[in-house]
Amino acid sequence: MDSYNKKNFSSDQDIKWCPGCGNYSILKQVQTILPEIGFPKEKIVFVSGIGCSSRFPYYMDTFGLHGIHGRAPALATGIKLANPDLNVWIITGDGDGLSIGGNHLIHLLRRNLDVNILLFNNEIYGLTKGQHSPTSKLGFKTKSSPLGTIDNPFNPLSLVLGAGASFIARTTDRDPKHLREMLLRAQEHRGTSFLEIYQNCNVFNDGVFENFTEKSKKVNQTLYLKQGELMRFGSKKQYGIRLDGIYPKVISLQESSYSFSDIWTHDENDRTKAEILTRFFGTPGYEKFPRPFGVFYKEERPTYDMLFHDQISLAQKNHPMSLDILLSGDLHCKI
Amino acid sequence: MIFKKILEQVTILFAGNSGDGIQFIGRQFTNTSAFLGNNLSTLSDFPAEIRAPRDTLAGISGFQIHFGSVEITSPGDFFDVLVVMNAAALKKNFPFLKKGGKIIANTMGFTSKSLQLAGYTPDVDPLKELYDYDVYPLDMIGHSHKLLQNFNISQKDKEVAKNMFALGFIYWLYSRPLGYTEYCLKQIFKKNTKLLQANLNVLRAGYNFGEISETERFIVKSSNRPSGIYRNVTGNQSITLGLATAAIQAGLNLFYAGYPITPASDLLNYFASYKNLGIKSFQAEDEISAITSAIGASYAGDLGVTGTSGPGMALKQEGLGLAFMLELPLVIINVQRGGPSTGLPTKTEQSDLLQAIYGCHGEVSIPVLAPSSPSRAFTVAFYAAKIAIEHMTPVILLSDGYLANGSELWRFPKTYQLDTICPPFLKNSKNYSPYQRDEIGVRRWVKPGLAGYEHRIGGLEKEDETGNISYDPKNHEKMVKLRQKKIDFIKKKWPKPRIDSGKKTGKLLILSWGSTYGIVRAAIKILLSEGKSVSHSHLEYIYPLPNGLDTILQNFKKVLIPELNNGQLIHIIRDQFLIDAIPFSKIQGIPFTIFEIVEKVREII
Repeated sequence: MDSYNKKNFSSDQDIKWCPGCGNYSILKQVQTILPEIGFPKEKIVFVSGIGCSSRFPYYMDTFGLHGIHGRAPALATGIKLANPDLNVWIITGDGDGLSIGGNHLIHLLRRNLDVNILLFNNEIYGLTKGQHSPTSKLGFKTKSSPLGTIDNPFNPLSLVLGAGASFIARTTDRDPKHLREMLLRAQEHRGTSFLEIYQNCNVFNDGVFENFTEKSKKVNQTLYLKQGELMRFGSKKQYGIRLDGIYPKVISLQESSYSFSDIWTHDENDRTKAEILTRFFGTPGYEKFPRPFGVFYKEERPTYDMLFHDQISLAQKNHPMSLDILLSGDLHCKI
Repeated sequence: MIFKKILEQVTILFAGNSGDGIQFIGRQFTNTSAFLGNNLSTLSDFPAEIRAPRDTLAGISGFQIHFGSVEITSPGDFFDVLVVMNAAALKKNFPFLKKGGKIIANTMGFTSKSLQLAGYTPDVDPLKELYDYDVYPLDMIGHSHKLLQNFNISQKDKEVAKNMFALGFIYWLYSRPLGYTEYCLKQIFKKNTKLLQANLNVLRAGYNFGEISETERFIVKSSNRPSGIYRNVTGNQSITLGLATAAIQAGLNLFYAGYPITPASDLLNYFASYKNLGIKSFQAEDEISAITSAIGASYAGDLGVTGTSGPGMALKQEGLGLAFMLELPLVIINVQRGGPSTGLPTKTEQSDLLQAIYGCHGEVSIPVLAPSSPSRAFTVAFYAAKIAIEHMTPVILLSDGYLANGSELWRFPKTYQLDTICPPFLKNSKNYSPYQRDEIGVRRWVKPGLAGYEHRIGGLEKEDETGNISYDPKNHEKMVKLRQKKIDFIKKKWPKPRIDSGKKTGKLLILSWGSTYGIVRAAIKILLSEGKSVSHSHLEYIYPLPNGLDTILQNFKKVLIPELNNGQLIHIIRDQFLIDAIPFSKIQGIPFTIFEIVEKVREII
């Protein structure tokens, strides 16, 4: 197992994503972390639905199942319940996971099946050549919204936290180091890990996340979350987030009487605070807040696959049954 | 000792408000009769609402049982006995009571208000006008109240117990023991001794009422079937047992995923109760997730199974296509109900046959099986799983509401008597390719976990053998034909079609499929006794059509195809054999009656 390297996880298939697509970076980081996680590759399964991101399994030299649009969580549920020893990854996108497959996604999260979800969010339908997605910003003009969209986008992390996710985190394709760290954290978590990856579609929605990826802009507009550390950002870390009751505020350490003790310390285990953090989404009232990246929330709770198999084992132990007894029923007659 | 008259067969209908426990007492009487070794056939007919408006014709729930010592293949056209809880139940079912039949009536259900709701003249008690019938007006509620006056239970519980009085009395009338029902009540009211005692008291009071009533009693002897051990089984139950048995026989775990839907919910309920057998059951968030998670389970090496009815089947079409494209085993049960759309959720129909055969987009070919009776459902479900596993394909099992809730006596097999099932797992292959096929066109089933055989499969068209994505025009055509050929091969495994009753040649052949079997068989018996030149052949293995059916059809001048739809099998038969078969449709949400079939045949020959 120790002898695995990145190459061991590259399949022999030609990669057919557009040159410059953010997916390459994600593929590379996934292939890099897998040798480290200690799973033999025959026990790793990549499952996907439909969309650019969903071609991912074909490029991994593990077991892989490219399913139907939005249904990867359902496929993964069957796989994990059939064989809980498998290490299962769901690769999905904003259209696949949040639109056509939204129902499966929220139910997977509430059940807390022990799988990892990587949601590649590029705020566009790429494979169908540029229609607005459920994460496209309000007013966004696309082929299917020539006058701009009139439907509010989902706030994915807010949605999944509401659905009962036990691990939520955000990263980008442009920050390989952070991406790698988040992949490892997601993999480490027992239960459903939800990792949103801001992914640039350089053909149909180029630069949609540049505020959070371009060096000059990101410094004032991103907040990197670290467990137990103060929430500070800015070129000189001069800004901080302060909680005023239940209301967050951006404060400047330079221009006021605030000190470090006024700044909020990140606690991944605090659900209420995680809910506040997910609202840093540029929506009215939150325009001035930086976009958080990192692990927002994690919680240890029993996984669905464990509970599922425990019930079966317990029933088999407490009320053992043989097929012959089941067939004969509790009432029969001799003729 | 009172003289008991021996009867060969009896048909009883229990009817009352939905909520009166009609289905419960019907099943109790059925299981007790099965315990005595009677042949039997039952029919449940209930409203889609849990508590439909009381005492109205629309709110009547009915349970019909035809039992006897002679062959019984249908629930019977006419009743010998009506057990009615109110006037509406009498009004609705009286036309089907045989002349001189018995009416056991709950008198409190005949108040002037109830009479009015049922459409009778409010002040005239119809029970007193039925001179040619054997009427037993029983004050069931009065008896219950009197018996339970010192019981500290609610007024409502005392009233509900009235069905036990009716059951006790009818047990006495047909000389049945109370033991099974007493056992069941003890299970149900394990934690409420008061309600247990109350129900037991009323049941026994109904029985004792018979003892002092100086009424004529009857005996229906046990069946003349081959000796063996038998039990009662419903269609839904039988399917779950057949599939569980097949999985165990194949050495696989069974993964059942379902979403609650009438009349298929019992499949999910039964599988959920087989946890102690190692069966995995999963209540999915929707029908789509149910089939897709079952596909995931099959991919990972379990036998994936999903079940549903009408609207749910429509939602599963996309998943069916995926399972067919991946070439993984999967069993899909469709307990058909009246459609389209929500249609008639609690009523029976055979209107999803064409959907089963032609439903998916693209060139898809999925084997379709339809059991002919509740007990046959075990065997047919077993073979559906065997075909799915050994041929790596989804298989559709078409049941229906009548079959699902109907029950009959079943001689259950011992596990050592069962056919083998061999999953096509990979055995030592150096040059493995995911879509390499054996001589019958089947690929190997390689589940995740097998080191050195990591591979990717999906819904995109694949290159022959390697399974790599391919958009090559010629390859696509080749793959479509290869997949079709694989399914066509299955017909060689089907049992040869045969004549069920009647001669091998003649004027008319009735070709039936699915749950109409028993009724057609009973009709043929009458027609043959009249000297008619008529025969019966029945299809359980419908797609691909079995070899040899053409020879059977050619030996008759005419072919009649009765179906509970607007004509579906007939299209397939006309298409395949170019014969001018005669359709016979019934689309009323209820099975054919024997009389309807007999009359239709008399009309033709």
